[in-house]
This record gives sequence, C-alpha cells and structure tokens, in this order.
Amino acid sequence: MTIATETTQQVLEPLIYDMSVPGRMGVNLPDCDVPETPLPTELLRDDLKLPEVGELQVVRHFLKLSHLNYSIDKGFYPLGSCTMKYNPKLNEDMARLSGFALLHPQSDEAGSQGALALMYQLQEWLAEISGFEAVSLAPAAGAQGEFAGILMIRNYHLDRGDTARTKILVPNSAHGTNPATVTMAGFEVIELPSDDKGDVDLDALRTVCKEKGPEIAGMMITVPSTLGLFEAHILDVIEIVHEAGGLMYMDGANMNALMGQVKPGELGFDVMHYNLHKTFSTPHGGGGPGSGPVGVGEKLKPFLPGPIVEIVEEPTEEDYAPGYGLKMPEKSIGRMKAFFGNFGMMVRAYAYIRVYGGEGLRDVSRHAVLNANYIRAQLMDTYKVPYPRYCGHEFVLEGHFEDAEGVHALDISKRLMDFGFHPPTNYFPLIVPEALLIEPTETETKDDLDEFIEAMKQIAQEARTDPDLLHNAPHTAPVKRLDEVKAAKDLILCCAPALPDAGD
Amino acid sequence: MGYIPHTEVERQQMLAAIGVTTIEDLFEAIPATHRFPKLNLPEPMSEMEVAAEMQALSEANEHAGDFAIFRGAGAYHHFVPSVVNHILLRGEFYTAYTPYQPELSQGTLQATYEYQSMMCALTGMDAANASHYDGATSLAEAVTVAVQVGRKRNKIVLSHSINPQYREVVRTYHQGRDLQIVGDEADANLAALAELIDDQTAMVAIAYPNFFGQIEDVSALVTAAHDAGALVIFVANPLMLALFKSPGELGADIVVGDAQPLGVSMSYGGPYLGFFATRTKYVRKIAGRIIGETVDADGKKAYVMTLRPREQDIRREKASSNICTNQGLMALAASVYLALMGRNGLRKVAQLNYHKAHYAADQIDQIDGFKVLRSKPFFNEFMVKCLMPVEVVNNALIGEGIVGGYDLGKDYPHLKDHMLLCVTEMNSKEEIDALVDVLKGLAS
Repeated sequence: MTIATETTQQVLEPLIYDMSVPGRMGVNLPDCDVPETPLPTELLRDDLKLPEVGELQVVRHFLKLSHLNYSIDKGFYPLGSCTMKYNPKLNEDMARLSGFALLHPQSDEAGSQGALALMYQLQEWLAEISGFEAVSLAPAAGAQGEFAGILMIRNYHLDRGDTARTKILVPNSAHGTNPATVTMAGFEVIELPSDDKGDVDLDALRTVCKEKGPEIAGMMITVPSTLGLFEAHILDVIEIVHEAGGLMYMDGANMNALMGQVKPGELGFDVMHYNLHKTFSTPHGGGGPGSGPVGVGEKLKPFLPGPIVEIVEEPTEEDYAPGYGLKMPEKSIGRMKAFFGNFGMMVRAYAYIRVYGGEGLRDVSRHAVLNANYIRAQLMDTYKVPYPRYCGHEFVLEGHFEDAEGVHALDISKRLMDFGFHPPTNYFPLIVPEALLIEPTETETKDDLDEFIEAMKQIAQEARTDPDLLHNAPHTAPVKRLDEVKAAKDLILCCAPALPDAGD
Repeated sequence: MGYIPHTEVERQQMLAAIGVTTIEDLFEAIPATHRFPKLNLPEPMSEMEVAAEMQALSEANEHAGDFAIFRGAGAYHHFVPSVVNHILLRGEFYTAYTPYQPELSQGTLQATYEYQSMMCALTGMDAANASHYDGATSLAEAVTVAVQVGRKRNKIVLSHSINPQYREVVRTYHQGRDLQIVGDEADANLAALAELIDDQTAMVAIAYPNFFGQIEDVSALVTAAHDAGALVIFVANPLMLALFKSPGELGADIVVGDAQPLGVSMSYGGPYLGFFATRTKYVRKIAGRIIGETVDADGKKAYVMTLRPREQDIRREKASSNICTNQGLMALAASVYLALMGRNGLRKVAQLNYHKAHYAADQIDQIDGFKVLRSKPFFNEFMVKCLMPVEVVNNALIGEGIVGGYDLGKDYPHLKDHMLLCVTEMNSKEEIDALVDVLKGLAS
C-alpha cells in the first residue's frame, strides 16, 4: 500500500464511472415475453460506454452529491432577480398524479379534458393577474417568453405592412436575456441610459424616439426594474414609445412585487412574460425547467404562440363541463417547442394560485416588498445603497468600502457562505459598481432576515479588520474558490470513460 | 395563510424599522390611478381541498396508469425506476438555482458533468451541453450553430421525416433571419435531399430513427453534405442509441434530440430534455450551460460552469442564443436513469422495445385490411396502413382501454389512413394481443 504524496487528486465524491464494475446493474428488468426478432447486426454498435453500478450505490452517489448543494429547503437564498421562494411540497405531489404525469401529449382532446381544463383556467388566471386579454402557456422559460413576445411585435408590424421598424429599445439595466432576445428575433438593440435615480432617462428616450421613431418596433423594460425600483415615470415611458409607433414589452421576471398592486396590461403594456418558476413557486431545479407564459393585449392576441386552449363546446344543461380544445391563434408566430409548453410547471402554478386566491396573491407581493425594504432599511447605514427610495421585492447595494480597498462584492458573497447563507446576485445589474442584488421573497421570517442582516454587518466589519478572511472565503463550503481559468483552458467536459471491456 | 410566515407583531416591527405605517406606503411609486386593482380569482383553498380538486382534474384524462399506450410520435411511455423520482424529490437538487456559485453547487455540477459524459458516450460525440428545452429547440439551436460555422451560408436542408413539430419550431426560431429552409415537403425523400445541397448549404438535418420509426441509410447524404462543406445534424432517439450505431460513427457533427425516454415522465408534453452534443471543434459556438472539470484553491478536483462568455448574461446582444433557464432537473433525471440502467440495462430496455415492436408488427401484418410498411428497418415505432380512417381505429381501441397509434395523415396528406404505432417495454404481450384482437375485429 502506498501513501498518497500529493493532494491534487482529492475528490469529494468519485464520478459514477469510477464506481463501475463489469456485470453490475442498478435495475430489475423483465424478461422478454414475446418471440425475439433477430437484430440487424450490420446496424448495431459494438459497445456502449455507460457505467455499471448497483442500485444502492447509485442512490448513495446521488445522495452524497445532493449534500454538496445549497438549496431553498436548506436555508435563506436571497438571489436577486431569481425569486427563490419556498417551493410548496403539495405542488410536487400534484404534478406527479398519474393523470398528469402519465398523460401522453398526443392524446386525443377528448381524453385530455382534465389537463386542458387546468391549462385553460391557468391562462384565465394569469390574464386576470396582469390585466391582459389572452395568455399562451407555450414558452418553456422566461427567455423563450421574451423571444415569443418580440416575435409577436415583429409580426404585428409586418402584418400592417410596416417593414421599417427594425430596432428595439432596451435600458442598460436590463437582464442579459433582453438584448440577446432582440438579436435572436432579427432586431437591433438601442441601449437606453438610466438617470441618477435609477429610472429610464426620459430625455434620452424622447430624443431617440424623435430621431428614430419610424424605425422603433418597441421597447423591453423590466418592472420593477432590475434595480428593484418601480419606474417613476412608467406611464410617460409607455406613452412616448406608443406615440412613436412602438409596442411595449414588459419583462415580468419581477412580478413577485406586483400581484394585486398594479396590472401591467392596465398600465398600457402590450405584452409581457411570466416566470412560473419565480412568481408562481415552481422549483428552479438547479437550472430549470422553467415556464414562461406570455400575456398580450388586444393588438397582439392573434399573434400568440400556440397552441392555446379554448372552449370549443359550451356547457349544456346535461353536461356542466365545457369542452376544451387546442387551437393555433389566427396569425400565430408559431410553435415555441413541441407540444404545449412545460405542462408539469403549469400544474404546480395552478396549485399555488388555488391555495392563495386573489387577496392571497396580493399578500404575497406585499410581504415580498416588506421583506426587501426591511433588509434595506437595516443595512443602509452599513452599506452604500445607491438609490435611496423604497424598493420593490429586491434592492441593490454596493459591495465595497472606501476604507477597505481590496474587498469586493464577490468576497462578501463568498464570506456569506460561511454564515450559512446563499449569496445575493453578484455584479448585476451592470450599472451599479460591485453590485449585490438582494431578494428575500415573502416566505422568509423576520428571524431569518435578522440573521442575514447581522451576518452582513459582521462581514462589513471584517472587511476592515481582517480582509483576508473575506478574500479566502468560503472556509466551510465543500470546496474553496475554483480555478475557472483552468476549466476554460483545459476544457475537460466529459470523463472519457476508460471502462474495461465487459464482453457481451 | 398560504406560505407567508409573518405575524401581525412582526409586520408592525418591520414597518417601524422601515419608517412607514402600512405596507401600502411602500407602493407609492405606482401611479395612484392604477394602484391596488382587484384580482378576480377564486377564493383561497386549503391544501386538502386543492389536492381533491386537482385529483379530480387528473382523473379526467386517459393516462398510462389506466390505459395501454401504443402512441409515440415524439413522446414515449417508458419504465422509470423508483430511484429516479426519489432523487428528483431531494430538495437539495430541485430547490437549488443554476450553479452560479460553484462552492455551494458541487452536487448539481458533478451530476451535470456525469450527464454530459453519458450523453457523449451514447451519441459518440466529444461534448454535450446541459441542456435545451426539448428536442425541437435543440434542433433550432443547432441551426444557429451551423449558420455561424458556415459563415455566410444560409441554406438549411431539413429532411421531411424529422418530427413535423420540430420543423415548425425551427421556422419559428429563425423567422427573423435571412435563411432558406428547404427539403421538407411532405412527400420528399432522402435522395432528393442530396440534390439540394450546394455551396450555400450550412447544414443538413436528418432523423435517426425518422418520424415514421424507420432507420434510413444516410451514408450517401452524409458524404454529400460533408463534400459540400455543410454540417450534418442528427435528430436522434437516445434510447435507440443503446443498440444502434452512434451518430458519431455515422458522421454526425451535431446530435440533438429529446432525452425524455431516459427517465422523464410524459407529463403531457413537458418538461422534457433537449440534448445537444457535438465535436470539440464546435464547442465554443454552442449555446447553453457547459460544465467543466477544474480544481479549487487547495487542488481539490471540482466542477464549474465554463465557457461562460458565450452566454447572454455576459455577451448580451452579441450572444447567439438567449437561453438562461434550461432543463437542469431533467438532466439530473437522465443522469440517474443512465447510471441505474448502465451499459447492460439500457441495451436490454432497447432490445425489449425492438422485440415487442416487431412482434406487434408481425401480428398486425397478418390481419386483412392492415398492412405494416416495413421497407426499412425500424426500432420501436412503425407505420400501419389501415383500410379505414385512423380515427375509427382509435375510437374502437379506446373503448377497450387502449390508446392507439398516431394519425400520420394530420401532417402528411399522402399518408392518410396511416397510423404510427409505438411499442415499448411497457407494453406486455397481453396488451399487444389485445390491440391485435381489436384490429382483427375491425377487419372482419
């Protein structure tokens, strides 16, 4: 036996391939109960380099991996712009009901009435929450909802024979998905500056609309903004763009601040997307799946992505239930994905809305905003808060100090891990130096917020007294800071499996 | 109520700390004319009432718990071992965010890295991302990559035998771009595709197996595409790859498809798992999350999201895709599924599909009035020409507790009265024999 002389190959948990032993299998499969048909040998592959691991070994492997994760179920997750609220367990059970989880998407409409009824109801509820005429549940995530929205704006102008509108206005505080969406849809971005209060610079907007009005297809804006601020002149912004002939897209990522407080459709927005995985509590899943329905006003209704659910048979006296069917809107921009959207997420959002009702959802937003303002009020003497006004469901502060020069927002984030918290969003929005974007959500107690506030205050002190404590953080996480340059340089993207040949 | 934990005492303390008297004061920036609208939604419900209502809704569906399913056409009823769902229900996995903070996300990162590795093994590619929304959007994103690789080339050749919905999505995605998408007229054939390839062609996409379940000989087409400098994209069923030659072996440059058959429930069409695998030389052009191996400050092996500057949050309007949230948890499902099945289990499942589908085809072929189209090899789906409308056949089947095949006439007019049947490891001999009996009854 040799004693390891170097530590470079320490691992937290071996790769599943490293646990492989020829002949092992993690599943019990039935024998073939029909006569076998010879396989076409000339079309077959020689080997399949998958690991061979027993069932319990697989369970332990993934359980150990799960322990290396931080999650909402474990603790406070104030990741700005991501709305990391509690994901109710009820929702998971509902999505796993056989009638939903085992329903084939090519089922006949007559055999899918329960699923279609749920989708129809959800369309109606989402439309009501935002004050829109109609909703399509088709987009698979927020970014795809944005894409659908901008394609609708494009087709609306083309349908009127207006081919000159090739540009979309985007504030410089926008989520990265906004400008990327604009390009994907074949438009050009005009970036708008923000004023010193964090709002869209109205003068700049007026100027660009005056100079380039006939070329402007629309504007994308997040409300409240990515700074967590409700635009002070939102009605002016909408009016200016509409007067120039453009349509208004609202990025609904921050709807958790608005339910029952204001309806975007009533403000004059033409289209917005919802993130069911933010506002409506469906889980983020370590990166997805999401769901990004789009709501529209009268103008864009014919262009919605499809199919959407409609009532195709009105209820009769003998049969109380209406008949539901799937329809492509008249001038639809088309399909966003196969089938009808991420149905499993719709089931969860339905359960969530059903639990709360209208007043309950208003309460959700009230408490999301209360929690954010509470943390903000408690930290504004310790950290620089660039925009001194009430925030929405999140707020930004600057993660640096004049008297602790070497300390950056990233150091504060990493140090927060030692206190048992997930860090806020770092370096976004781009317009705030050393930004820390903090979004507590409504499901956290005052006690949890107080602990976080205390940790933030202590870290601010440590930044002055022991800055290396921050620079070298995290100290208690499963790994230290990672060499990201090496990852990009070496590009080891899969373990080339060196499995022994098992023979067949 | 709901999931809000605040007490009235706490609310008052918090309002005092903020310096306002009511929560409403915090919404002063909203124009007063539009503030605090009524939400006309149903009254709130308790947990047990919600569960009862949704149980009833779910029972109004003809699902695989109650019915024998012989339908595929892009979504498949396969066995999912219990372990998969138990791992997916770990809050540590499903209530985490995208692993932007790698120190707190090594579980997600390593599981995703293993997913990438196993998808590379299946497809015969060097790198895989994790992930796209579904097979259709994976194909649409492959078009973007091919157009970038091909620089000024703007012709996209699609086989008509790719899932029609996938082709629709390609057209949705690229309607704002100046691309020529050709080759998929309903009654086209593979030989005709080769004729379309020229020096303006960025890519040729073919399905493996095709939408009709057939395994086509694509070697001539692959050579023609490569000779013209175009990329070859395979749209593959990952379960079939357990047995049949990998797309990598057949000359694919990019392999896309839906990994729903690998441990993801049908769930009425989503969430599914778009996979995307390619050769090393194109990896810097692809969209989506990619996990790479590295070390931490102590030299400990660890995993991290890499090649980040490709992504929208950094590159903004210069990014080639806006994808952010993807299907991460579904990639975990596939990871767990593939780990459990392993080299031999996955092959056995694929063999069960093959044998059962061929048994069903042999039985159906013996019925007058039903003819199995078997000019080409097939995996677990095949076409049956019926002497009556598919709707009539399916109405008879549903009465016997069987969800019959997909009506191909909906997408391909020349295939009126043609049904696409799918047989998987979930269909017992008894179910297949019951299906055959109903068809016999219709024929007599």
